Amino acid sequence: MSRSSLSRAFFFLLQRDLLLAFRRRAEVVNPLLFFVLVISLFPLGVGNKPQLLQDMAPGVIWVAALLAAMLSLESIFRSDFEDGSLEQLLLSAQPAPLLVLAKVTAHWLVTGVPLIITAPLLGMLLGLPGQSIGVLMLTLLLGTPVLSLIGAIGVALTVGLRRGGIILSLLVLPLYVPVLIFASNAVEMAMAGLPIVAQLNILAALLFLALALTPLATTAALRISVS
Amino acid sequence: MMKFLHKLTSPPYFYHFSGRLLPWLSGLCLLLLLAGLYGGLVLAPADYQQGDSFRIIYVHVPSAWMSLFIYIVMAVAGGVALVWRIKLAEVIAVSSAPVGASFTFLALITGSLWGKPMWGAWWVWDARLTSELLLLFLYLGVIALYSAIEDKRAAARAVGILALVGVVNIPIIHYSVEWWNTLHQGPTLTKFDAPSIHTSMLIPLLLMAVAFKLYYGIAVLLRARNELLQREPNSGWVAELPEVK
Repeated sequence: MSRSSLSRAFFFLLQRDLLLAFRRRAEVVNPLLFFVLVISLFPLGVGNKPQLLQDMAPGVIWVAALLAAMLSLESIFRSDFEDGSLEQLLLSAQPAPLLVLAKVTAHWLVTGVPLIITAPLLGMLLGLPGQSIGVLMLTLLLGTPVLSLIGAIGVALTVGLRRGGIILSLLVLPLYVPVLIFASNAVEMAMAGLPIVAQLNILAALLFLALALTPLATTAALRISVS
Repeated sequence: MMKFLHKLTSPPYFYHFSGRLLPWLSGLCLLLLLAGLYGGLVLAPADYQQGDSFRIIYVHVPSAWMSLFIYIVMAVAGGVALVWRIKLAEVIAVSSAPVGASFTFLALITGSLWGKPMWGAWWVWDARLTSELLLLFLYLGVIALYSAIEDKRAAARAVGILALVGVVNIPIIHYSVEWWNTLHQGPTLTKFDAPSIHTSMLIPLLLMAVAFKLYYGIAVLLRARNELLQREPNSGWVAELPEVK
């Protein structure tokens, strides 16, 4: 199998998933709305003291991003599983981990990137100082792909179940903790004017680790779910 | 040795072998448990700083060790089940999860009972505690996933994948919360040059640790036997068991 046919399969599947996502715009917009809504609940819930909100902002934004990412995970494989195209993908001549990677990439472009673009606005509303907003975007850029990659394993394991939603959150959220800790810590450090190279390096390392390993685990899980 | 292991992976042989093993394990476990408790609660002197409340480590520390140990056992058994499709490995992996979750819960509870007089709070968001809590959630995830999938063989393989993914994450979670913040006291036993714990306190602790390991062995064997019977209710070897006849 030549390299060009591998990359063609990857981009073809990516294009297909993006096209499908744009045909169902509600599914694209809902996680984003959820993200904004959860964050806007915090000033109402804990009170609108500017200092308090500023202190909580990195954690609040990241927790909301985690929840929004989790909410949208099902769309990676659910509809393909239901109409049978997932089985065809696994049977195809192309390596399944590569196809999984294409689907996860499409999911990240559709749900992760909008979060990154909206985050500065929400950061400003919560009173994050200017220099840390860039860092927030950087951590989201490194962190949200990891959320999609790890989440894909959880969806692959639960896609065959009728009510996988609650179990999915139980499976996936503990695995999200490292990303949450290092990302929100980086933003806090940036707010305090301290160096953040270590945190960003670890986030990048998590991203590469996830890129290398999670497609294999996801493929194995999918084979169990469709069998 | 290999031949014996090979034979052991067959469900009927395992069932009979574990049946003969269990009374011995139970007796030894009880003996060590009593010795450890007597040594820890009666013989060992009170700690110069923490007084008598340090004695909770005789339950707390072995449970915390077991919580990690069982997760690793579960992941290894899950991996073996994925690669070689050995039924017994599947059964061991899924039977370990509830036992591991109980030990994790016990470690958390005894830790918070100890934390109240020592730190003045039932719960602190400290590195060790938080990673132990997340470990509990990983166990609960495994249990929930196994019970949600109807086909038990597929469920066991799914559990294997989840356990392996979780085992990759355990060191990451452990160090991430460690670097995040920390209050828990440093290790007292794993300092190789000179353990900062007196021998009279150490020996009961080690006895308790071995007793807890044996208890896990007993619990997992019982669960595995039960699971095997549930999985193969119609097979010939089950029908021939004297307790079934």
